[in-house]
Amino acid sequence: MPTISRDEVAHLARLARLAVTEQELDLFAGQLEVILSSVARVSEVAAADIPPTSHAVGLTNVFREDVPRPGLTQQQALSGAFAAEQGRFRVPRILDES
Amino acid sequence: MLLTQLPAAELASLIHTRETSAVEVTRAHLDRIAAVEPAVHAFLHLDAEGALATAAAVDDCLQRGDSPASPLAGVPLALKDVFITADMPTTCGSRILEGWRPPYDATVTRLLREAGVVILGKTNMDEFAMGSSTENSAYGPTRNPWALDRVPGGSGGGSAAAVAAFEAPLAIGTDTGGSIRQPGALTGTVGVKPTYGGVSRYGLVAFSSSLDQGGPVTRTVLDAALLHEVIGGHDPLDSTSIDAPVPPVVAAVRAGATGDLTGVRVGVVSQFRGEGYQAGVQHAFDLAVSRLRELGAQVVEVSCPTFDYALPAYYLIAPSECSSNLARFDGMRYGLRIGDDGSRSAEEVMSLTREAGFGPEVKRRIMLGTYALSAGYYDAYYGQAQKVRTLVIRDFAAAFEQADVLVSPTSPTTAFPIGERVDDPLAMYVSDLCTIPANLAGNAALSVPAGLSDVDGLPVGLQVMAPAQADDRAYRVAAAYEVARDAAEGGPLTHRVPDLTEDRVPGPSMDRVAAR
Repeated sequence: MPTISRDEVAHLARLARLAVTEQELDLFAGQLEVILSSVARVSEVAAADIPPTSHAVGLTNVFREDVPRPGLTQQQALSGAFAAEQGRFRVPRILDES
Repeated sequence: MLLTQLPAAELASLIHTRETSAVEVTRAHLDRIAAVEPAVHAFLHLDAEGALATAAAVDDCLQRGDSPASPLAGVPLALKDVFITADMPTTCGSRILEGWRPPYDATVTRLLREAGVVILGKTNMDEFAMGSSTENSAYGPTRNPWALDRVPGGSGGGSAAAVAAFEAPLAIGTDTGGSIRQPGALTGTVGVKPTYGGVSRYGLVAFSSSLDQGGPVTRTVLDAALLHEVIGGHDPLDSTSIDAPVPPVVAAVRAGATGDLTGVRVGVVSQFRGEGYQAGVQHAFDLAVSRLRELGAQVVEVSCPTFDYALPAYYLIAPSECSSNLARFDGMRYGLRIGDDGSRSAEEVMSLTREAGFGPEVKRRIMLGTYALSAGYYDAYYGQAQKVRTLVIRDFAAAFEQADVLVSPTSPTTAFPIGERVDDPLAMYVSDLCTIPANLAGNAALSVPAGLSDVDGLPVGLQVMAPAQADDRAYRVAAAYEVARDAAEGGPLTHRVPDLTEDRVPGPSMDRVAAR
């Protein structure tokens, strides 16, 4: 039976970019453990020789003619932006400046 | 009879023969919405002005003598708030998209507009379609028109409740694990999950891309088929869209409505009964099966042993895909942004934004998916779940050799009280026990009203499943069953929805057994 510690939840939250609270760490640790121990049953039936299915319909690459077609205008693309500058998305710094 | 009580097919006929106008029909529904929304809360956004303008355009076109743009031109519809709309906000029931105005239309939105369908507004849903009760909406729950203290199911509880409460004759939902069919069952309405790839996902905000499928929500099987033919078909903008004609679902309904199912083999899935199934649901289902037998169907028992593992496989596959799909909500290009005070990095702002913008169920599933996909656990969880998916597909294939369609209850219980399961994720997940296999395998499935539970007086759904691209089979069986049930019980089930306006008049709803 899988066990999920608070530290593991904190690690998952970091990977998933979720600034979870201390209270949520306790809540989610308990709930994720319950859910995982329930879904772990999948290993009871799936033998090694069963091929995995990633998609209900057989997927193949879908091509189209390589000709330009209209997309969003710059104005449309920026229409939902929290902040824009010089026709671009304005975002917080992405590198540490120390 | 009130315009709001008529099915879409009859409204369309009245509009197209100019016996009434699309504007009049739209006004009647807007009035009904104003009267019952305080109790039901099915909508997140209403666009009365836009709806009346669309309706007026349909009337003008008919006035000029042009033929209607589609068999549903002029009929109002409620659109689940997960399909993007350039003229209305799209929130997916989430704070992270509060007030977001998409820059373009989903293909389904575009097809509805081209068909002259009048879009009244956007309906409430569990956040990003994750849930089975609509309680996970950031904007408050929707209430079940049959009993306002009960959930309408989910994630498409808003669409189902809007149709059950006569706020619209048509709605659109999406079904990833049962989000069209389970609300259909819990509100006594019709809900169809077409074959995966049958309806375009372009502009449908993704939850679990290999499972998500849009489809019709209506009060009659014919209305669902008419709507299916409007929204279905190949779309080059969706690379998983099936490049083949839409199955002939309207013709199948007309054939089914004759009430003859002679020669049709109906398989009862033996796994979907027993512990966890309410007696009232089981009884209604058994009655439905005997009705199918009376219509000439040959009923056989089929066993699909791996269906017992579909639910756990789903709760690995869907969260895995969701953890990846929802990475796009990072506060950088659109939607909410929290903590951008000049001192914090983009990464810190992302984490604060997602923490504030997502609700508990979405966070749980993102972390569950992150866990299942991480190195060291991938084979044991996600990899195994994908193998179960293969086994479920094989079980369906074997079952469809013995039967043309498979049937089961749509959900193990009737509508449960608001608040009952919200803190118990596993109890909530069980609502989708019977609907999930069809999503994993990608085949067509629908829920049609199967009367009321004799225990609590709440609606029960009959699920009919058909092979991929054989949607018409499910429609035919559902249409035949609907005609027989309506005849035996004196009219459509939704005519027994309690009156929801303040000045109550005694009506056929009085015979509803009091809720426990």
